[in-house]
Amino acid sequence: MLFLENTPKFLFFTGKGGVGKTSLACATAIQLADLSKRVLLVSTDPASNVGQVFGIAIGNTITPVLAVPNLSALEIDPQAAAQLYRDRIVGPVRGVLPEAVVKSIEEQLSGACTTEIAAFDEFTGLLTNAVILQNYDHIIFDTAPTGHTIRMLQLPGAWSGFLEEGKGDASCLGPLAGLEKQREQYHQAVVVLSDPNRTRMILVARAQLATLREAARTHEELASIGFSKQYLVINGALPQSEITSDPLAAAVWKREQAALTEMPEILRVLPTDFVPLRPFNLVGLDALRALLSNDSTRFNVTPLPVDIPLVPSLASLVDGLVGEGHGLIMTMGKGGVGKTTTAAAIAVELASRGYPVHLTTSDPAAHLIETLDGSLENLTVSRIDPHAETERYRQKIMTSKGKDLDAQGRALLEEDLRSPCTEEIAVFQAFSRVIREAGKKFVVMDTAPTGHTLLLLDATGAYHREIARQMANTGLHFTTPMMQLQDPKQTKIVIVTLAETTPVLEAAGLQADLRRAGIEPWAWIINNSLVMANPTSPLLRQRAINELAQIQDVSTKYANRWAVIPLQAEEPVGLDRLKKLIHH
Amino acid sequence: MSTIKVYDPALCCNSGVCGVDVNQQLVSFAADVDWVKSQGKSIERFNLAQQPLAFADNANVKGFLERSGQEGLPLILVDDEIALTGRYPRRAELARWAGITISPVTSATGCCGGDKSCK
Repeated sequence: MLFLENTPKFLFFTGKGGVGKTSLACATAIQLADLSKRVLLVSTDPASNVGQVFGIAIGNTITPVLAVPNLSALEIDPQAAAQLYRDRIVGPVRGVLPEAVVKSIEEQLSGACTTEIAAFDEFTGLLTNAVILQNYDHIIFDTAPTGHTIRMLQLPGAWSGFLEEGKGDASCLGPLAGLEKQREQYHQAVVVLSDPNRTRMILVARAQLATLREAARTHEELASIGFSKQYLVINGALPQSEITSDPLAAAVWKREQAALTEMPEILRVLPTDFVPLRPFNLVGLDALRALLSNDSTRFNVTPLPVDIPLVPSLASLVDGLVGEGHGLIMTMGKGGVGKTTTAAAIAVELASRGYPVHLTTSDPAAHLIETLDGSLENLTVSRIDPHAETERYRQKIMTSKGKDLDAQGRALLEEDLRSPCTEEIAVFQAFSRVIREAGKKFVVMDTAPTGHTLLLLDATGAYHREIARQMANTGLHFTTPMMQLQDPKQTKIVIVTLAETTPVLEAAGLQADLRRAGIEPWAWIINNSLVMANPTSPLLRQRAINELAQIQDVSTKYANRWAVIPLQAEEPVGLDRLKKLIHH
Repeated sequence: MSTIKVYDPALCCNSGVCGVDVNQQLVSFAADVDWVKSQGKSIERFNLAQQPLAFADNANVKGFLERSGQEGLPLILVDDEIALTGRYPRRAELARWAGITISPVTSATGCCGGDKSCK
């Protein structure tokens, strides 16, 4: 494995949720510890099973892993860190200021930015603590700060006011002002991160376009601030040896190879390792030691029987969506789970049943949308380009609002406009032009704003005014736009996820966030289910069995209504293949 | 010397870029605040989301929040007395409170043309 050669002091694994960062970090830590290196493993995975893997309770103090000499571990919960920070700010005024005011302050501090900054604060301690540096040869993180955070910290403008004086104009960095460390320490942490002799960032992806694109984006972002020496790990690709007996396995293999062929150009120059799909669960020391080994003969693959559970199909969900014959349907989920495909399948089914439908997408690679145009009489399709919308929004703000700012002020405003919130707002603004049609037909969208964004926009009233303008004369009854989204008769939000641990937890996070905004997701859809596709390949069967626990969790713990879409042998492009998603 | 205190509503960013539309007033006001400071006058801003204690500790501000709610913000105090609420002040208003004389820039030789020589 190239990424394990001449390993520097700090290793960071970064990539989308569910690509296997934590497993790789654990396996790497064990491997280095087995070479008599003193290793500290730091997990920030909200579903951290590091303790479970080693059979001990870890938590937020450095704990020796007795089963592996030289290895210690630490679990950081960024949510808990953010909560501590919120408590520190809000605690003293609770019961002193009016309740509504306290709630609004809490919401301001509940965004992804606060969590990320709180996590970075925790990292900083580990990157700059002399005792820790002395005690460990390698410190391995199963996540990494984003380019956005690092760039913010590099901007002189960000430091000039807020962070030094405790007041001023820094925005996305606001939460740092309430944290304890000093500028010098944050600066030191950024220097360590940018030094390839001390830090190695390892991009983790699967052999899937969505995760490869994400890796390319991260690489670009890091390279643009001078961190150019990343490594790439393609995790969990199906080995060719599996394709002989099973047509589904053959289709999966072909699709993965095609994704690798189409891999973004800028990733090709990176030192790349392939960690193939393994026939075992990555729990326990033996499994983790075997993950990075090239000796595949050590594993006996015994095909296991799979009980296919009885699950509701998408068709049964659509029965409930029909309702009054019009309304807004939004699919929501992390990138790569299949929001666009699911939205298209729902739209096709509704249109086939005779309802007028407008399907609109923000997926830049949505070929399937193009294939649908004109295919059904009462189906119209449209798309918006999120990058173009975001760029237009940025330009508009920089030329109008930023024109009188000095160079530092402009740099800071520019960086603020690169925050993930900006894209969400720009895209949703573009979509809101289509929402007006929901009074007379079905509008199906492959995105939805997060509850946090809705609450913030609602609090400032800006969102209300914007939508009230858009909604004028639509015939829809609403008191406030927030209430329209909260009314299940008018709006149905469908959460899309995969039957894997991290994606399910991420989806549960989205649901909690919507509930905070008083919006109850209408249903969950588990997409690309292997178990429902009933594979015969031993490797795929093993993974199929692992899905059962996740399907169980979704149906019993999280979802009001749910459905499962089986993994398809062919890309679900075109009318006929989309219909296959509905009825199985 | 008069002290100006500005109590901002809870904003995740003082520039307001997280909203559906960036509030031009906030962007301009940030520049005006810098200007007042550059004149050597005392002006302070408090963001409800980040320094709520500053709101709770001042009886005037706390009372205002109880009466009018956060929708009434921003609130501007001059020497601890309410000077303006519900909108951000213009540069001329800030100048008046801070005791800055704004002389019209009529020629390049004006005494305030380029440096801080006239105080």
